Amino acid sequence: MSEIKKFLYVNRKAPYGTIYAWESLEVVLIGAAFEQDVSLAFLDDGVYQLTKDQDTNGIGMKNFSPTYSALGDYEVTKIFVEKESLEERGLSLDDLQHLTWEDEDEDWAEKDSIRLVSRAEMAEIMADQDMLFNF
Amino acid sequence: MKLTIQINEGPYQHQSSDSAYYFTKAALGKGHEIFRVFFYHDGVNNGTRLTTPPQDDRNIVNRWSELAEQHGLDLVVCVAAAQRRGIVDDGEAKRNGKDATNIAPGFRISGLGQLVEGAIQSDRLVVFGD
Amino acid sequence: MSILHLVSKSPYERNNLDTCVDFVRDGDAVLLIEDGVYAAVKGGAAAAKLQGLADVSVLGGDLAARGFAVDKLADGVKVVDYADFVDMVEAKDKVQSWL
Repeated sequence: MSEIKKFLYVNRKAPYGTIYAWESLEVVLIGAAFEQDVSLAFLDDGVYQLTKDQDTNGIGMKNFSPTYSALGDYEVTKIFVEKESLEERGLSLDDLQHLTWEDEDEDWAEKDSIRLVSRAEMAEIMADQDMLFNF
Repeated sequence: MKLTIQINEGPYQHQSSDSAYYFTKAALGKGHEIFRVFFYHDGVNNGTRLTTPPQDDRNIVNRWSELAEQHGLDLVVCVAAAQRRGIVDDGEAKRNGKDATNIAPGFRISGLGQLVEGAIQSDRLVVFGD
Repeated sequence: MSILHLVSKSPYERNNLDTCVDFVRDGDAVLLIEDGVYAAVKGGAAAAKLQGLADVSVLGGDLAARGFAVDKLADGVKVVDYADFVDMVEAKDKVQSWL
């Protein structure tokens, strides 16, 4: 059998103005079944995908933000959010959804999926991957 | 080298499909294997056989169909993206009650799993988009 | 592991090149294609951003299409074709498309 690859899904676009954010999430969900070593990166406008309190009633589009909180159930537990991108946009982790996963090796203890990283750290993470997805 | 190519934009609107086509052709010319060409987002619009581009311009859809036939390429249009944008084959027409199909020769409609599989089985994934 | 960074949008339209430059590490290469070639035109503000990078190329076809001859390129930028593009993909471990 082929070895497990490290996949990084890179998200740099805001939600709703274009479909990339949602359709890239669809790849992550389908991809979960393939049991690779998956990480998600949110930088530049991609950080906007994770904001809390998204209410799409006024624009008649499906609010897909609840899907991010399901990522833990799909064993996607490494969600890297770039610090500089947040700061540049006047945001902090408090403005983002609190995403968690349950570690079955530790009695289903709830753990944070979001890891705040610097741009330099994000570059190292990217360099360490096998395949990079961009949308 | 085994390659999977991903194309995120439709024909003519962006240069993505053109760049991907020339890259794919060059890779084949060098003896590399194209595992799959996967069309996602508006890229699925590369798979309609109903385009009539001006005579003096390149025919993007036909070019892909011809390259696929020449080299046995696997051109896959993502089913979810295709449903949203109206790219239909016989199976999809039956399943979704459509009275027509428009898929171009050489293209097939399939799931996102085909992209993920491509990334697993290939040495490189090259994405062309906006 | 090394990365081939692809930038296909103009640096004056998008921030793709700006972000890309921060991610380039030793051993990586940058290839400017489509509207990305504008970054390499000598004298442009974006050309300065390419200064610190060791390995920058432009797709010759895209440069010529946009009306720029090779002598208009910033120093150190190489001109390549699609066959070279394929070789560059093989030479690096993976490709990052800055979309």
